[in-house]
Amino acid sequence: MDYFLTWGRSPWGQQILTHVSWNLLWASLFAGVAFLLAHASYMVLSAHRKRLPAETDAMEAMRPNLPPRIARHSLAARMFHWVMAASMLTLLSTAFLPIAGVKFAWVTWHWMAGLVLAASIAFHVIHATFWLDFWSIWVGPKDLPELRAEILRELGHDVAGPKPGKYPLGNRLYHLAIVVSALSVIATGLTMMVRIRTPLFTRNPYLLGDASWGFVYVTHGMAGVALVGLVIAHIYFAVRPDKWWITKAMILGWITRRQYLEHHDPHRWVVSETSHGGTEARRL
Amino acid sequence: MAVIRDVMPAFELFQPANLADALNLLDRYGNDAWIFAGGLDTFDWLKDRIKRPRYVVDLGGLAELKGVRESGGGVEIGAMTTLTDTVTHPVIRERYSILMEAAESAASPQIRNQGTIGGNVSQDTRCWYYRSGWSCYRAGGNICYADTPEAVNREHAILGADRCVAVNPSDTAPALIALGASMVIRSASGERVVDAEDYFIGPGIDITRMNVLNPGEILTAIRLPGDWAGSRFYFEKVRDRQVWDFALVSVASAMTLSGTTIQNMRIVVNGVAARPLRLAAVEELVRGKPRNEATAALAGELAIQGAQPLRLNAYKIPLMRNLVKRAIRGVEEWTTS
Repeated sequence: MDYFLTWGRSPWGQQILTHVSWNLLWASLFAGVAFLLAHASYMVLSAHRKRLPAETDAMEAMRPNLPPRIARHSLAARMFHWVMAASMLTLLSTAFLPIAGVKFAWVTWHWMAGLVLAASIAFHVIHATFWLDFWSIWVGPKDLPELRAEILRELGHDVAGPKPGKYPLGNRLYHLAIVVSALSVIATGLTMMVRIRTPLFTRNPYLLGDASWGFVYVTHGMAGVALVGLVIAHIYFAVRPDKWWITKAMILGWITRRQYLEHHDPHRWVVSETSHGGTEARRL
Repeated sequence: MAVIRDVMPAFELFQPANLADALNLLDRYGNDAWIFAGGLDTFDWLKDRIKRPRYVVDLGGLAELKGVRESGGGVEIGAMTTLTDTVTHPVIRERYSILMEAAESAASPQIRNQGTIGGNVSQDTRCWYYRSGWSCYRAGGNICYADTPEAVNREHAILGADRCVAVNPSDTAPALIALGASMVIRSASGERVVDAEDYFIGPGIDITRMNVLNPGEILTAIRLPGDWAGSRFYFEKVRDRQVWDFALVSVASAMTLSGTTIQNMRIVVNGVAARPLRLAAVEELVRGKPRNEATAALAGELAIQGAQPLRLNAYKIPLMRNLVKRAIRGVEEWTTS
């Protein structure tokens, strides 16, 4: 276990957990890069099934009243995403560059970025609960047919099964991983702030016992190193040419009618067809 | 309470005869190697069995790192020069008397005979929680035991704390910074020279180290430029007893005057933070001002801006303020007025 955790000794002679081992940072970096290489190789070499242009042409012909631009992300959702991205990158840089040998005064930047992340996620939870289709991003047993269909398509089969709704299955699984990691890192990070000097709290190093503090630090470290791999994967997909249309939608807020028809199941993500050119995405 | 165990853990001892061999050894063993200079800090760690290096590289045989040499209008002091040899050197006594005073205030004559100037500036903090081997931040843990509500922290930091509140214990460090010294650092890959001011780092930059030395690097020499040689110096070290003790707070300054006006000044305090603090704002404030009580009082107040005392060390704030005042106005002129 010493490869994963670091231990210390309390003034009472007890063995206490102190941190996650920073070996895991390199493991997470390696895992992220290995996934990137493996996926990129697979995409070059595999026979994954793409919808033929003629099929999309036919679908477009059948839906002439669909507007040319389909709204995908509201301005509030996009702002949340980019604020969260900036704070996440700041958090990872300030946490791990010093471990990698780039020394600078990182603590203040780290907790300030952490507060921005916490605030942006609080905003997102409220926004998604009351203004967005809350359940559209989550995964559950209902998604098994889509998973089966996606796997078969990746293996080169022509499957008539369900296409993704607003969010592809991979996107939803990634969101789940980020939710677990980010909430862990925020909950533990806010707790750890009680132990350092900030203008916000009166320091209280005795808020928890040694063992509990050890658990908090280890959880924070575990979630942090997990986020390194997850962020690598996210940036990789964001810059892949075949996924650029999704990234562009996160900047501009919309996708084209053709992209909507090509990549989504219009029955699971319903867009109203209007005569005046506006769009309305129904919450399904 | 620390338990003195006396018997050191086993390690492999290397006694290289030249710097190249020493650097090769450090390069080979990296983090597992421990540099041994005078041994005064080292033996504490080893006998308490808190540090357990696998390899110890003794620099005692490196003649090239010993001695004081005049060069380029200044002097170069080999890092393995003992404090005694430093304070007795005629050039140091004549032109850099502040360094003489600072080095002479370190410990006892026996310790100064053994201790080196390189070791004095590179020694670890004296925080007794840390040196007791507990898993504090500085030791790689996640707490500062000296910054808890019941901590015994009379000797600890009032400025620059960042999780850890340990202070730098070196007596010569503030004098070297006041003199504008630079530190020559060698490794197997080459040489780099850093200002003395930048040689020391606080916990915000690296909580486990007190200086910029990386594994594999040796401080080989300290260069004193001629810029401040022979200027008006002030050094004062306040400690609990007048011999063989570490500073509670110390101050070192170098000043040039035009009549009674302060032309230029460098002033450094130690014992108040994890690194010796050069008071740049104070230097700026006093430049061009008359050297008198009013200027000194103003500077003293400015010096303590931002100080945050711990449970038992609030006394350091007036102490630091008064030492800064005394460094600026001097002592002799005022004791009779």
